[in-house]
Amino acid sequence: MGRIDRIAEPWGSRTPYGPGETWPTRVDSYLADGLTEDDVDRWVQSATILHSNGDALDIAVKDERIVGVRGREVDRVNHGRLGPKDLFGWQANHSPDRLTKPLIRRKGKLVETDWDTAMDAVAGRAKELLEEQGPSAISFYTTGQLFLEEYYTLGLIAHGGIGTNHVDGNTRLCTATAAAALKETFACDGQPGSYTDIDHADVIALYGHNMAETQTVLWTRVLDRLAGPNPPKVICVDPRETPVARAATVHLAPRPGTNVMLMNALIHEIIENGWIDREYVEAHTVGFAELEKQMKGYTPELAAEVCDVPAEQIREAARILGQAERLLSTVLQGFYQAHQASAAAVSVNNINVIRGMLGKPGCGILQMNGQPTAENTREAGADGDLPAFRNWENDEHIADLARVWNIDPMQIPHYSPPTHIMQQLRYMEEGSIRFLYVTATNPAVSLPELRRIREILAQDRLFLVVQDIFLSETAQLADVVLPAATWGEKTGTFTNVDRTVHISDKAVEPPGEAKADLDILIDFAHRMGLEDKDGAPLVKWSDAEGAFEGWKECSRGRPCDYTGMSYDKLRGGSGIQWPCNDEHPDGTERIYEDGRFWAHPDYCESYGRDMITGAPVEETEYKAMNPTGRAVLKAAEYIGPHELPSQQYPFQLMTGRTLYHFHTRTKTGRAPQLNAAAPEVWVEMAAGDAADRGFTEGDLLRITTPRGRVEARLRVSGIRPGALFLPFHYGYWDTEDGSQPKKKRDGRAANELTLTDWDPVSKQPIFKTAAAAVERISKAKGQVSAAPTTTGSAPVTGSVPPTTGGDAALAEELVTTGDRR
Amino acid sequence: MKLDMAIEELHRSENHLVTVLTSMSDKHKADHEVFYVTRDMAKWSREHVADLARIGRDFGLDLDPEASEDPGLLSAMKQRASVLTGRRSAPGLLLLADLRHLYREAAGTSVDWELLAQGAQGAKEQELLDIAERCHPESLRITRWANAHLKVTSPQVLAS
Repeated sequence: MGRIDRIAEPWGSRTPYGPGETWPTRVDSYLADGLTEDDVDRWVQSATILHSNGDALDIAVKDERIVGVRGREVDRVNHGRLGPKDLFGWQANHSPDRLTKPLIRRKGKLVETDWDTAMDAVAGRAKELLEEQGPSAISFYTTGQLFLEEYYTLGLIAHGGIGTNHVDGNTRLCTATAAAALKETFACDGQPGSYTDIDHADVIALYGHNMAETQTVLWTRVLDRLAGPNPPKVICVDPRETPVARAATVHLAPRPGTNVMLMNALIHEIIENGWIDREYVEAHTVGFAELEKQMKGYTPELAAEVCDVPAEQIREAARILGQAERLLSTVLQGFYQAHQASAAAVSVNNINVIRGMLGKPGCGILQMNGQPTAENTREAGADGDLPAFRNWENDEHIADLARVWNIDPMQIPHYSPPTHIMQQLRYMEEGSIRFLYVTATNPAVSLPELRRIREILAQDRLFLVVQDIFLSETAQLADVVLPAATWGEKTGTFTNVDRTVHISDKAVEPPGEAKADLDILIDFAHRMGLEDKDGAPLVKWSDAEGAFEGWKECSRGRPCDYTGMSYDKLRGGSGIQWPCNDEHPDGTERIYEDGRFWAHPDYCESYGRDMITGAPVEETEYKAMNPTGRAVLKAAEYIGPHELPSQQYPFQLMTGRTLYHFHTRTKTGRAPQLNAAAPEVWVEMAAGDAADRGFTEGDLLRITTPRGRVEARLRVSGIRPGALFLPFHYGYWDTEDGSQPKKKRDGRAANELTLTDWDPVSKQPIFKTAAAAVERISKAKGQVSAAPTTTGSAPVTGSVPPTTGGDAALAEELVTTGDRR
Repeated sequence: MKLDMAIEELHRSENHLVTVLTSMSDKHKADHEVFYVTRDMAKWSREHVADLARIGRDFGLDLDPEASEDPGLLSAMKQRASVLTGRRSAPGLLLLADLRHLYREAAGTSVDWELLAQGAQGAKEQELLDIAERCHPESLRITRWANAHLKVTSPQVLAS
């Protein structure tokens, strides 16, 4: 048992292990106010909610309040470990500024009201618009932080009840490309990897994935392998010198906007050297000849020039990938939020497929999520896709869904793909969407080009409903604000990146009149009078377990089959990986064994899209190309980014995360240890660029793009030359400005600067290539920037005091040597 | 031998396609996906124009390798107009009309490529056939995009 500062040491102590061994357990816990485990009244089972790793934990309750958390030793995902955000983030639940009553706009101001008035206003306006214009007037924008049951209910209300195609989640910003890339290669969503692949892999390749900060516990697993015998080689593709880059065997730092060029050169080398599993390619794939042909011209020399990465480094990386025996590939925002996002992510799939590295221990792909329940948004149909990976272009899938919901198939919009949020905003801008219902997300800080977003959301002709736990920047613009319960205050399930489903039980009551999102949605459905074709209520459940049972039926026979699970089965032990059904009652660790995919034309979720234009592939084309449902190898040509640096805007701006914060800081900014670790926005620049301009650590800079201006103090970091980095977490709720920067004042939110452009395939906005200028507002005078020193923002010049958490951040660690699982 | 005529005609229609795409891009600057994707696709047609000019020399033609385009000022004015009318719903109908126009132009061009490929095979002109095989799929992709985008856009424009 030891106590360590988990702000200073985000990954905790090492428990080294070798290939094929079981990862040792280490139980992390943190109890507030000097309490010990003896003081705790009860422990309530849950999992982490501030990232996508799905680490299982128990919530400590004393006197009907949450007082701490402890990792679950028995769980397959974390073996007891927790990250800093899990250890400290729960404190935000107790913030005095939680929303406790519904608010309604009267004479331009939000005032408190009762639930009946608020809900009647919401349902009343929606009904009015349905009557006047039809479902095209109504849209929903949800999150990656609700529970499966809530997403499924929301999807049912929107698709089955109201019949609108305008449904999306903020998962569009974090995981849309993960889903899109899997749909391109395997014609279906579903993660072809398991976290245990880290235990077996001899090469781990991380593409635009700063795992050390985005999934700290998963990175802990990698660090423990690296500290053990026969460690894996690590390949890192990232323009910043992240903790992953520092641990890497080869670190490739391409120019922003050139990922596809780099990937094509890697594939070129692998094919050229014959590092291919010919038998596997022959038996289980289509498209190899075309891939080989298209990759011919992409030599390492060409890529070296375009990406500004030495050709020899590209060759070395290709050699390691090509000679790997057990290759695990992981991908995240450095690819997903970048130019040609889907094409780059698909290229990662291509490498594993042509090397036959799938469905075996150590051989997997993790197309990651950013948010804790993003996977469920995808599965349950709250990101616009139809539930349980049904194909909107397949009439039989629609008919089957209509049977499950007991409605007419015509009611389910399936004439075109779902309207993603960026297109929804366009419809709001031109006035045809007039009602937007936002659940648990904060577009007024998280979407690109904020001035435009605020103008759209603030329109009088748009009725904006915001359901949240705090009065976020977005909520401040709403017509009605609905106070919601959060994690720990309601029951439900959610699924992490590697398909592991956890239950999260209610530990305490929500504050004031706040209600579970599920209860609010069901109330909305009833007030709307939504019915099935027999006149019975469309939503047939009244609690989370009922919704889960409904979902199980909907998932039956589909890839994400939950029918073998129940709340009882999820309680007590470890999380369970889907598919879980009669055939696999304990879940399924690895999918796609022996080249068996879900890609058959009759079964698949998607026929794919054109990698450049994004146009959907038609059913007949897909059937001709892939009649037996093999993996699809898709090549994409490299095209340059749309906004290039110029004399006026010479830098390329990337936005991203830091380890200590989540999304727009609504929770982590209210947890003292996390807030203190990264209290204020900063901007990163390479040492050479700073020296050229005479800038030093802590100088106050103004960053400008054609869209706006942001002020931030400089951190001279290990970022590549020519690039700038701004964390996107910082908005305005904790400034005197409230919801947006005062006129003429510089902003703080990175998205004041980003451009409105998205990947045509996944529709994920681009946050990694905005042309930007910098100027100095004032010199540092001894002040340093607030950027953490423990992470990708580590300083490379000057003397910056290390980031620590002090006594307040001491958490317990209990390392158990034997496997007690 | 009438291959020169076919090359010249295709050079004209690819040239025209560049204008259709870039003009459409400018007119719909407020529709970001249309703005960027049409620009990306225009690059294909520009390359096709250059390819045709190069191969045209072998057939005694003197074709301009550079596609003729809107002068910068006109393009900027169209973009400005698009941003100014971005808050109105009328551009939705205009977008449908433009997509329909693009679809027809791209389909016509695509058929011309097919003709050229057939002719090249008949005349055993390998290099010409290679160009046709490289360019034809790209003009088909433009057609498919126009069709797909019509499908996506029309329900909202027509039903609201």
